[in-house]
Amino acid sequence: MLLSLSQIEKSYVTAEGPLKVLRGISFDLAAGKSLALMGESGCGKSTLLHLMAGLDQPDAGHINLAGVDLTGLNDRVRANLRRGTVGLVFQQFNLIPSLNVASNLAFHAQLSERYDGDWIKTIITTLGLADLLARYPEQLSGGQQQRVAIGRTLAAKPKLVLADEPTGNLDEATGDAVLDLMLSMVKDAGCALIMATHSPRLASRLNGYLKLHAGLISS
Amino acid sequence: MIITAFKALLSHWLRKPGQLATLIVGLSLATALWSGVKAINAEATASYDQAAATLGQDRLTQLVRADGERIDQRVYITLRRAGWLVSPVLEGDAQFGTLRLRLLGIDPLTMPPQSQSVAVAKGEDLLSFIASPSLIYASAETAARLAEQQTPPVRIVKGIPPGTIIADIGQAQTLLKADGKMSRLLVWKTQARNLVPLKTIAPDLVLREPSRASDFSRLTDSFHLNLTAFGYLAFIVGLFIVYAAIGLAFEQRRSVFRTLRALGLSLRALVFILITELLVMSLVAGVIGVALGYLVAAVLLPDVAATLRGLYGVDVSGTLAFRPSWWLAGLAIAVGGTLIASAQNLWQVWNMAILAPAQPRAWAKAAARTRRWQALGAIVLLLLSITLAKFGQGLFVGFAILGTMMLGASLALPLMLSTLLSLGERYAKKPIAVWFWADTRQQLSGQSMALMALLLALATNVGVGTMVSSFRLTFVGYLDQRLASELYVTGRTQAEADAIRAWLVPRSDAVLPIWNVERQVAGQPALIFGVADHPTYRKNWPMLSAVPDVWDKIAKGDGVLINEQLSRREQLNLGDEVMLPSSWQTHIIGVYSDYGNPAGQVIVGIDQLSVHYKDITKLRYGIRVRPEKAAALAESLRKQFDLPATNIVNQVDLKKLSLGVFERTFMVTTALNVLTLGVAAIAMFASLMTLAEMRLVQLAPVWAMGLTRRHIATLEFWRSMILAGFTMVVALPLGLALAWILLSVVNVEAFGWRLPMYVFPKEWAWLGLLGLIASALAAAFPVRRLARSSPADLLKVFANER
Repeated sequence: MLLSLSQIEKSYVTAEGPLKVLRGISFDLAAGKSLALMGESGCGKSTLLHLMAGLDQPDAGHINLAGVDLTGLNDRVRANLRRGTVGLVFQQFNLIPSLNVASNLAFHAQLSERYDGDWIKTIITTLGLADLLARYPEQLSGGQQQRVAIGRTLAAKPKLVLADEPTGNLDEATGDAVLDLMLSMVKDAGCALIMATHSPRLASRLNGYLKLHAGLISS
Repeated sequence: MIITAFKALLSHWLRKPGQLATLIVGLSLATALWSGVKAINAEATASYDQAAATLGQDRLTQLVRADGERIDQRVYITLRRAGWLVSPVLEGDAQFGTLRLRLLGIDPLTMPPQSQSVAVAKGEDLLSFIASPSLIYASAETAARLAEQQTPPVRIVKGIPPGTIIADIGQAQTLLKADGKMSRLLVWKTQARNLVPLKTIAPDLVLREPSRASDFSRLTDSFHLNLTAFGYLAFIVGLFIVYAAIGLAFEQRRSVFRTLRALGLSLRALVFILITELLVMSLVAGVIGVALGYLVAAVLLPDVAATLRGLYGVDVSGTLAFRPSWWLAGLAIAVGGTLIASAQNLWQVWNMAILAPAQPRAWAKAAARTRRWQALGAIVLLLLSITLAKFGQGLFVGFAILGTMMLGASLALPLMLSTLLSLGERYAKKPIAVWFWADTRQQLSGQSMALMALLLALATNVGVGTMVSSFRLTFVGYLDQRLASELYVTGRTQAEADAIRAWLVPRSDAVLPIWNVERQVAGQPALIFGVADHPTYRKNWPMLSAVPDVWDKIAKGDGVLINEQLSRREQLNLGDEVMLPSSWQTHIIGVYSDYGNPAGQVIVGIDQLSVHYKDITKLRYGIRVRPEKAAALAESLRKQFDLPATNIVNQVDLKKLSLGVFERTFMVTTALNVLTLGVAAIAMFASLMTLAEMRLVQLAPVWAMGLTRRHIATLEFWRSMILAGFTMVVALPLGLALAWILLSVVNVEAFGWRLPMYVFPKEWAWLGLLGLIASALAAAFPVRRLARSSPADLLKVFANER
């Protein structure tokens, strides 16, 4: 099993007191599979994605990724794991503003030492980025930035792609093309995809879905 | 609506108290240094004006001799007998023990009413003032200094400037050894009709109109101009902090601007609110700044007073008075500075379309336009600086060269740094290195103001440091040449001085007279020295230019030497004719360096001095003796003549004293230098602290892609250090250019001497280290905070709610 979550709990301290966001989430995901995370805003989808990416630690429970238990790992080891195993697509794009599109696309791949020129060319063509390579993030529209963000993650060929509303800023046709690319990579490279989305149409194209409600898996 | 909008805009500062503090601290420091210097100058000017007004010479016409000589008392008596209402004044420097003070001799019975700002001519006071042993009058400050000296009875009188003593003219003639002589005659405003014309009755005298500007203020103008320039420099460095803080506050509130505009607030009202907000903050910071400035001035004023006394012989009160005009000026400069620093941002708000402020691209475009203007400004200013250096003349031109060069270079700094960082990016191989250089380049716009402030501070430190060290090196060498005699002795009376000379001749290698008279030469006060024909002068005298066999000619009376100051001010050079007092027409055969002396000086053969001037002070001698015998000879001399210790000075002590005066002269400069560097360090800290918050958005994705917080924090630290390091590299040549202009243009105009420039790599290395430490300290706190930030802080960047 590529990813295994067991009884994950997470709460945040707010002005009104502790807020329990996740209350015992457990599921497994095999390599080559895709999973949609659904649920209303604030139900804990992003928090769950961040925990699976090793960006944060759960209060209780265990996350096992590619044979490594993320619980209790120090900052350096978790950083290495993010660099080599996980790819994140953020809802707010979060491109590196000082690098142009070409450098943004290559950045994570070079960081993880999995830079593959041919693969990046494929991504550029599929995502329609050829004319934007010299531009900087501030010179792109929201949709263009999202395509670069997705391209950056895919270019690094991570074992686990975690995407937070990746097609939210794209038109339907481009959104479908992006999803096709992500799904083909899951299939060809044997990696896994977990995508947070509000769209039942997109969720239906993945191998399965989990619906979160009040910090629990409702279906 | 306006109050609601005001509250909305002010809420930004409540949420970002650090930014508000940065703004207030920056503006307060800028105002403090400017108003501190202003206070020092105001205090000195007040002292000069008080000195000028002591005898109403700023209001009364005076009679003086055309050739600068003192007036014979008989001429005065003739004028009085002919009906002229005039009153005599004798002025000179008198020695009271170890103190040398300005002595004014007056005749209270004939003084015009306008000159009686000091009440001395009433009732019993009058008798005790003119009867022997008569009283001398001084301020409380001067009286305190005189307490340990042997003087006639002193009475403390208000209104007398510090360092000045007033005595009856008869007493003054005795103290100044100028029997039957007067410096000038004060002319009553009301005179009888049909007076005998001056040309007939006293053909040697000329009328001098009242002068508002005192001699002291003219003499010390350059010194105060130097201080003022420093004050403005510190103010500009401080304004960079204000500019950076205001710029960030505007950028961070652009969404608020958009919302307020969209909700119906007019552009005019928005700008009005922003200006009001800035005015309130600048007034608060101004009050704090002026109060701090008062402290700065109070700390520095005693040193400035000592400098003015040591360098110019001018006494300035060492205590600070409360002057409302200075407080108002401080507040005005704080408000003016804030408006200047915010003008660009206000202009951008004024010119942007209603929704544009919320679009980052619009602000980026505005920033790009600013960069283009910056480049153009830098080119224009640097070209102007070069043109002024090539074709301009005068002290103000010197400062204009400095100003345009420094400002031009600071404007060019971000462009230079950007080019260097682009090169770094181009040649980097590893992804983190590429990102590091690219990201550093992007940070430039946020940090450029602080870096410009650092550049100005470092370049000033290099420049002023090089100037002072070059001066020190030259001055020490000069002292070795100039103070060649091993001992210097001063007799208390003429008879004692003669006896000392006779006693010394068989016991020393040479006894060299140091005799002089004080006169006007080429319209300026100057000392005329007579020198003996001795190898001491031939070997050691610091000549800048001279005709062949110059000392033989001096001994024969065939020409005179003048100091560099007199040469430059009056444009007198080798071979030029010069008229000395007593109608002595002669010519210049040599020019020598005379550092540390603001006044003109002439050297003639000792015999010529005696022939032309009868009232020579013949009390002082330089003694040549083998150095190892100097101490024993001094002791014997002291015992033989029961001389006080202050009347025998050895060469070593005299050099120490001269160097002490030198060091104090530059103490204020050094203090301002350090303060300016401190302000620049605060600018760095402030900009890094403000940027740190904005940086999370840029750094979080890199963290998410696998860099640890510690790694990112380390890179952030090195980013600051590299930018500071590059700035230092640019500061070095700029500082050397500054030093060259100070030594070759400003000092020549200000002090009258030109100094050779030396380089001090070790001092630069220390300064570089100091700069790096300051930068490291400025970066340490924000970097530490980043390294210790929790994942939750970084995750907020990715949160949907953002």
